[in-house]
Amino acid sequence: MNKLIALFLALLWCLATPLAWSAGEDAGLKSLGGETDLTQEPKAPELKSWERDRGPIPRNYVQQPPLIPHAIEGYRINKKFNKCLTCHSWANYQEAGATKISQTHFADRDGHVLSNVSARRYFCTQCHVPQVDAPPLVENTFEPVKVLQKQQQ
Amino acid sequence: MADKPNSGTGGNIIKRIWGVMKKPSARFSLGTLMVGGFVAGIIFWGGFNTAMEATNREVFCISCHEMRENVYKEYRDTIHYNNRTGVRATCPDCHVPKEWTYKMLRKIQASNELLHKALGSIDTPEKFEAKRLTLARHVWASMKKTDSRECRNCHDYESMDFTKQGRRAVPRHAKGLTEGKTCIDCHKGIAHSLPAMYEVDPSVVVGGHQAAK
Repeated sequence: MNKLIALFLALLWCLATPLAWSAGEDAGLKSLGGETDLTQEPKAPELKSWERDRGPIPRNYVQQPPLIPHAIEGYRINKKFNKCLTCHSWANYQEAGATKISQTHFADRDGHVLSNVSARRYFCTQCHVPQVDAPPLVENTFEPVKVLQKQQQ
Repeated sequence: MADKPNSGTGGNIIKRIWGVMKKPSARFSLGTLMVGGFVAGIIFWGGFNTAMEATNREVFCISCHEMRENVYKEYRDTIHYNNRTGVRATCPDCHVPKEWTYKMLRKIQASNELLHKALGSIDTPEKFEAKRLTLARHVWASMKKTDSRECRNCHDYESMDFTKQGRRAVPRHAKGLTEGKTCIDCHKGIAHSLPAMYEVDPSVVVGGHQAAK
């Protein structure tokens, strides 16, 4: 009985090994980003710089946290101080000419409305991000709903 | 008075001063004394200036751990430390005036800092955080009083090219100028962490009481 099992395993190994070896040598890694050869060191993409300040960026879907259209290098958010709110808070937004922080950010997790920004919405960059001029990694045919698309003149 | 001595050995005070002025030393001539004094003056003044400028460098400021562990570490993350062009500002560029008289006044005022170093007023992180708002206010007040003189050591408002500034900067700079604001009014926290801002601007901190159920 043991001899039979040993023979069976040996046969299996003989069949499996050449397959495994050939897969390593010729086949590359296939992914959505294209075929990459594992033996070559890939070229690093160019460093991108943050986009210059510009006007508001249209949203792609209604619930999307709006993108940040300006540079935020060096802006700190910590327990004592939130740099974003120096322009976007309800007290400061008019003087700064900025978008007011939405009132949805004032509710705690039970739905109670607080008098200041809720702790769950305090760290802006968890949802809001600035942009960089980089091409999409994968070709993308996404289109927002008609309601959000700009009218064609 | 038949025998009036010319040197400063006798006579009233005016006569004695006149005597010394006329013949200051038995050994050296007036010329030697003047040249010697001139050279000694240069050496003394140069030495004094060298010593004072040595206290005017970043490496001196951060020799105190209070500065090195707190404000210097915060400054290292900012644009004044490290930026695209490498043109930067270190401690004295912002905190010590460049003009001689103002610099002297500030240096005399700095004896207060030596006192507090000896007392250890801010020698732990907790003590420093407790005093941060007070100390920041001192600096803001002195900058406001001098119309941000130290900022203007490098940043000349008249030479700013507004076509190169971002969308947000241009209207605010123009508005600030017409409102008579100075640099420090808006650009607080540019080099060091801001203190707990609740007292200064309660809208930039989190946490409020429940307004409505």
